[in-house]
Amino acid sequence: MQLQNKRPESLLDVKMHYCPGCGHGTIHRLVAEVMDELGIRSRTIGIAPVGCAVFADTYFNCDMIQGPHGRGPAEATGIKRAKPDTIVFSYQGDGDLASIGMAEIVHAAIRSENITVVFVNNAIYGMTGGQMAPTTLIGQKATTCVEGRTAKQSGYPIKMCEMLATIDGATYLERTTVHNVPGVIKTKSALRKAFQYQIDGKGFSMVEILSMCPTNWGTRLDNPSEATKFVAEGMLPVFPLGLYKDACAVKK
Amino acid sequence: MAEKKLMKGNEALAEGAVRAGCRFFAGYPITPQNEVPEYMSWRLPQVGGAFVQSESEVSAINMVYGAAATGVRCMTSSSSPGMSLKQEGISYAAGADLPIFIGNVMRGGPGLGNIAGAQGDYWQATRGGGHGDYRTFVMAPNSVTEMGSFPHKCYEVAFKYRIPSMVLTDGIIGQMMEPVEFTTPEVDPKALPEPDWAIGVNHNRAKRIVKSYDLREGFLELMVNERVKRYKQIEAAEVMYEEKMMDDAEIAIVAYGTSARVSVAAMKLAREKGLKVGLFRPITLWPFPKARLVELSKRVKKFLVVEMSLGQMVEDVQLSLNGRAEVHLHAKPGASVMTADEVYRTMDAIVKKGAKEYAAAK
Repeated sequence: MQLQNKRPESLLDVKMHYCPGCGHGTIHRLVAEVMDELGIRSRTIGIAPVGCAVFADTYFNCDMIQGPHGRGPAEATGIKRAKPDTIVFSYQGDGDLASIGMAEIVHAAIRSENITVVFVNNAIYGMTGGQMAPTTLIGQKATTCVEGRTAKQSGYPIKMCEMLATIDGATYLERTTVHNVPGVIKTKSALRKAFQYQIDGKGFSMVEILSMCPTNWGTRLDNPSEATKFVAEGMLPVFPLGLYKDACAVKK
Repeated sequence: MAEKKLMKGNEALAEGAVRAGCRFFAGYPITPQNEVPEYMSWRLPQVGGAFVQSESEVSAINMVYGAAATGVRCMTSSSSPGMSLKQEGISYAAGADLPIFIGNVMRGGPGLGNIAGAQGDYWQATRGGGHGDYRTFVMAPNSVTEMGSFPHKCYEVAFKYRIPSMVLTDGIIGQMMEPVEFTTPEVDPKALPEPDWAIGVNHNRAKRIVKSYDLREGFLELMVNERVKRYKQIEAAEVMYEEKMMDDAEIAIVAYGTSARVSVAAMKLAREKGLKVGLFRPITLWPFPKARLVELSKRVKKFLVVEMSLGQMVEDVQLSLNGRAEVHLHAKPGASVMTADEVYRTMDAIVKKGAKEYAAAK
């Protein structure tokens, strides 16, 4: 018998608190694998958000900081400017990044801070119990829009990659998903590129990852395909996957 | 003797911070503190530091939160409305035990108020200001020279006890020009030991986490109580104040910052008219010099608090004296400055009222 795969060194062997079917565990692992493969663990600082991933500070095996809701890109700016030899990533959810932290993410991109942002979009507030998020779909039910989100009442879901792509300072923007295997593989390569760009000093990069929240979507926990189906049929048409910006792409 | 330079208070505050080892600054424009970020924008690159003009006060304090977590001496500054925006971040810094340094060049409030100097943020500065139980080390300069020298002390206390520190000044001291002498030693940040809590390049050591939370039952209480111990050490060791003509004083003016400067003139006026007046100037607003006030109250029975607010520090004087002496207030809210004559007349009235009551009792 030969060990084919093991826990990445960048991820600690601790029990995660995430719900069954949640995408955070997968995304944590992908980030950790990329850190291992790029050999940057010992100089990486991760920023944990407010939201479900608040405990990311205990899961990653690198220095971590946890701060105010939505301010990750500002913290990242301070860290990176003070210690340019570190690799800094801000791990954020949709409420954190696209609602309360909208100014911070936009201006970090405008300044082209040399950081990597891991943006997990699951279209809902998880930690607080299923309230409407800035990325909640029209018609999607949440505890603050029990009949489903309406554009009249709450406007439309925000498309972060599309919006940030208009900013000159944004170097690399890609939207991926972890609801299926090809998506997971693609997500890892996108994360790898985002971290590599930071290592190379190329500026601001963000990977937006569509992810599942069976608990707050009200999909069946014993049937994870209900949640992955929601990503495929509900989220993908609103949040199309793909590369939104790569300022360093080699032109062919 | 150190070289004397003619500088604005705000410039001295910025230069003082750089000389005290500041290598990161983030801030947002607001009057009357604009000279601080303006100065930092060209001065920090000269010493290998970094300056960021942030998109908001909220971002500025969080940039400083991040930079401080790496163990770098850093600073943000603002004026009253901007300080309100920074409170969330200050609370987090207190909760994460980060030694940030903040300058507040106070202006008139509440709301947008005006841009003239005021002292209406005393409560905000000394009571924490943000949510939760915490303290901030607060120093109040009364001259451009003190603006230049207090950052040194603020960093020293902030790093020794791991607490946010602040220079609380006002638009008058911030804007005025005076000859300034930098007497505190110049700090080379590279020569400072790397703090054992700082995040950064982490070869051959266990991971570190900077955070302000602990959801486990009972653990937050332990965390806060550990901090309370440090607060008590600060209260015991770091109190600063200045006394003028207190030896034979029968009335003591208690004032800080610009109010203290006006009070010096009022005191001289009163002395000329035969009133035995002294000045007690708290330099640290937290920790407040309680013990010294109690000691003074053994022989001084009348205290007059003079402040450019509706009366905020007066509560600390009352709490300190706890009924041991009369506490009077000369308040000037709305970003106005009291004149020395007005303060003298208040003192005169206090003395006469006292004499009348004395006669009536006989």
